[in-house]
Amino acid sequence: MHYFIGNLGHFFVILAFISSLAAFFSYFKATGKENITKKESWLLNGKISFYVHALAVLGISISLFVILANHYFEYHYAYSYSDKKLPTHYLISTFWNGQEGSFLLWMFWQAVLGIILIHTNKFWQAPVMTIFALVQAFLASMILGIVLPVIDFKIGSSPFILLRESMADAPIFKMQPDFIPKDGNGLNPLLQNYWMVIHPPTLFLGFATTLIPFSFCMAGLWLKKYRDWVRPALPWALFSGAILGLGILMGGYWAYETLNFGGYWNWDPVENAVYVPWLILVASIHTMITYKNSETALKASIILVTATFVLILYSTFLTRSGVLGDASVHSFTDLGLSGQLLVYLFVFLLGAVVLSAWRWKEIPSSEKEASAYSREFWIFIGATTLCLMGFQVLLPTSIPVWNKIVSLFGGSSNMAPPADQIGFYSKFQLWFAIAIGLLSAVGQFFWWKKIDKAELKKELQPPALIALLVFALIITIGQVTEPAYILLTFASVFTIVANSKILFSVFKNSPGLSGGAVAHIGMGMMLLGILFSSGYSKVVSINNTGLLYSRDAGEEFNRDNLLLFLHEPRTMAGYEIEYINQKLELRNGNGFINQYDVQLTADPDKVIAIKDKDGFKAKDTIEVYGENTYYQIEFRKDGNTYTLYPRAQINPDMGGILSSPDIHRTLKADFYTYTSSIMKPDEEKEWSDMEELRTSINKEFFANDYVSTVAAVTRVTEVPGTILTAEDVAVKATITVKGSREEYTVEPYFLIRDKLVGRISAEIPQLGILFTLVNIHPETNEFTIGINTRQKDWVVIKSLEKPLINVLWMGTLVLMAGFSIAMVRRFREFRLMKEKGLE
Amino acid sequence: MKKSHIFIILIIAVAIAIVISTGNDASTYVSFSDAYQMASTGNTSSIHVVGELKKDALGNVVGIYEGADKVSFTFVMIDDQQKEQVVQYNQPMPADFTKSEKVVVVGHYSGDNFIAEKILLKCPSKYQEETVTV
Repeated sequence: MHYFIGNLGHFFVILAFISSLAAFFSYFKATGKENITKKESWLLNGKISFYVHALAVLGISISLFVILANHYFEYHYAYSYSDKKLPTHYLISTFWNGQEGSFLLWMFWQAVLGIILIHTNKFWQAPVMTIFALVQAFLASMILGIVLPVIDFKIGSSPFILLRESMADAPIFKMQPDFIPKDGNGLNPLLQNYWMVIHPPTLFLGFATTLIPFSFCMAGLWLKKYRDWVRPALPWALFSGAILGLGILMGGYWAYETLNFGGYWNWDPVENAVYVPWLILVASIHTMITYKNSETALKASIILVTATFVLILYSTFLTRSGVLGDASVHSFTDLGLSGQLLVYLFVFLLGAVVLSAWRWKEIPSSEKEASAYSREFWIFIGATTLCLMGFQVLLPTSIPVWNKIVSLFGGSSNMAPPADQIGFYSKFQLWFAIAIGLLSAVGQFFWWKKIDKAELKKELQPPALIALLVFALIITIGQVTEPAYILLTFASVFTIVANSKILFSVFKNSPGLSGGAVAHIGMGMMLLGILFSSGYSKVVSINNTGLLYSRDAGEEFNRDNLLLFLHEPRTMAGYEIEYINQKLELRNGNGFINQYDVQLTADPDKVIAIKDKDGFKAKDTIEVYGENTYYQIEFRKDGNTYTLYPRAQINPDMGGILSSPDIHRTLKADFYTYTSSIMKPDEEKEWSDMEELRTSINKEFFANDYVSTVAAVTRVTEVPGTILTAEDVAVKATITVKGSREEYTVEPYFLIRDKLVGRISAEIPQLGILFTLVNIHPETNEFTIGINTRQKDWVVIKSLEKPLINVLWMGTLVLMAGFSIAMVRRFREFRLMKEKGLE
Repeated sequence: MKKSHIFIILIIAVAIAIVISTGNDASTYVSFSDAYQMASTGNTSSIHVVGELKKDALGNVVGIYEGADKVSFTFVMIDDQQKEQVVQYNQPMPADFTKSEKVVVVGHYSGDNFIAEKILLKCPSKYQEETVTV
């Protein structure tokens, strides 16, 4: 029992909570003080408290990691999410596998960001950090794990509770209170993927950064500096937009690579819960930029910046309170924090609303009507479109919340989210995307010049013509016929072309200003990639054999899948396809080993080499990832050969086979293949009745249609698996079989002990043949060989072609680059003003 | 009428359209009996049914039958009103299926069979272990 580390961790949690409250109080005091010396001393207090807080958060993280790294399974967290086999990088991802750890990750980022803000801001430090410290206090309370005396109310769920505390009812702890499990439950194999190491930190950094614009906005309202908060907030809003967007797309990319629904986005409530705040964040960036240039849209900026942060809190509530339980495939279960999460949400929602309402009359706004030829007008329409886009997703996602509210007031509502989520959301989002594409193409021209009708026509004509040409080419080649798809193709091509034109003209003089154009080009590419990869995804593994694989499975399964027997090539969509081998991944990271070259043991993660091959000696024990089997499948077309390794993860605990695709990537399209059905390794194999034949040395015969010979029959003194005595006689036959890809050798044994005959058969699993040395006829120098055959190893695959999907991923990177360029520019502006002593 | 007013009216119109269409496209949570009645009156839209897997006295899941080629399966589900129903799913068994505490099936009746198009699981095991196995 290692009590110390848990107690230390718990101490740090309490310290983090108290110090954040101290920082909140000190900064609050500092904000209100006019007296310089008093203000300074409160500021110092606040700064020290926040540093203590940040160190405490670091302390919590280190304590938790020590527990995980040293496999202290007496702790609930280590037992539930890790095991001894996990390599270090996955051990890191167990850190945020539980809810407590993900709160911790969030806090950690905010602590880091808080320290950066303390050092980059003078004027804004006190009010901004007041809000920061308050948010940190709320987050720290989530992992406090303290039961209030008297009212018996539990605050937070601690990551440092012992297993016996969390599972007090488990019988083992009644008998043996000091019981420590030998190994933990491990990390879900699906999450053992490098994207799951970097995706959550990125996403939570995105969450954490939305707090910064919000804090500046609240500080501006509080100090009546209605105009000034935008400048320091804008670079952070851009940073947040980039990171949150990247985090969301990483999740999609993981799904594309690991799951086999063939896509990257499923419109699941958990996904929607981060998509909506991101849309609103992007809208707020647009209104803030408008404000910086023309003094309009200040009120809209305040509303949108606040909405972004509140929506992040709302999505936290949705995913962690258990309210989505019946609606989502993967939401966290309730840790009993719903009440606390609601308080957290409402404190900031009501706080922001009350503060804004109180100051509303004083907030400057321009009464001037925006002209239809002004950039403000177009940007405002763009931002509104983004908001409606978010609203359309938010509303159905909130149906479970609606049901809860209705039942709270005694009513009953049995509304459920739309049954066909993808179809439902796509049919709306498609039209919004068309609007966004067109607006970002036209809007950018207004952005750079004040222009009238005639000039606009002149400016827009060349890019519109080029766009029309490219568009005509794309829809002809891609055979786009759906009207909505045609429009979206045009909108995305138009925005790419129009923004490229602007990029060229801006880039010559001031490349630092090109962020907007670059970001919009990226967005156009993403739209194009999404449209083609989703709208024109094509099944290429059409079953052309006329054979029905299974009557139970639906028509779709029999039509869209291809059955491959080992080493029997099939043709499909112009490819010759062959199932070559099954591979196991080595734990030491040195690649793969053929499954047929090894023998399984009782431990699924250890196998024994059968012969000297691939640097292993016969009988070597090799450590592998036992749950994963990779199917080596070769595709040949026009003299080119490439090999894919789709993975099947067999996990009896999870009641199924999890199949992950392998992807051959080209710019034109991804070739996406996964195993839709495999032979179960534990299944009893059905052998045919034995067929006997007499043969002699080096005489060819057929076994399961393969040319075979008995190369030698020798007397041996050792037989694997049994000990020979002096009276025993043992003979070994060496049989070679010419397979289509290689020659196989097997050695069945024939054994006489106490005048009784024993036979040890030998199998060639690749060919599905079992040889038995049935008898020896010394008088004629012949042997009787018994042959049993079975169905050869098989795998059923499904292959899809995903056109232009890499344009989506590239577009994402371009979008991020655009955000970054804009962020650098805005940060420079802020620094210049700060150096002048104005911030 | 000012341009901004037209703009606001337009936004409100779109927002209302979204609300109405959400209401129309929303599915419903119902019991098996209600779903059966809906189907027999010719309503073939997909609905959600919440329930649990049938278990024996020892807590083992019973009534799961795999299709011949493991690519489809049927199981027995008990809804909130304790009605038992065989549910057919034309896909392999989802991960964590037998461990799930609660099951939501999205689908419709076809004759006396309930065909699930989608299965949602609520698994305590995914993020929270319930008990220690020694």
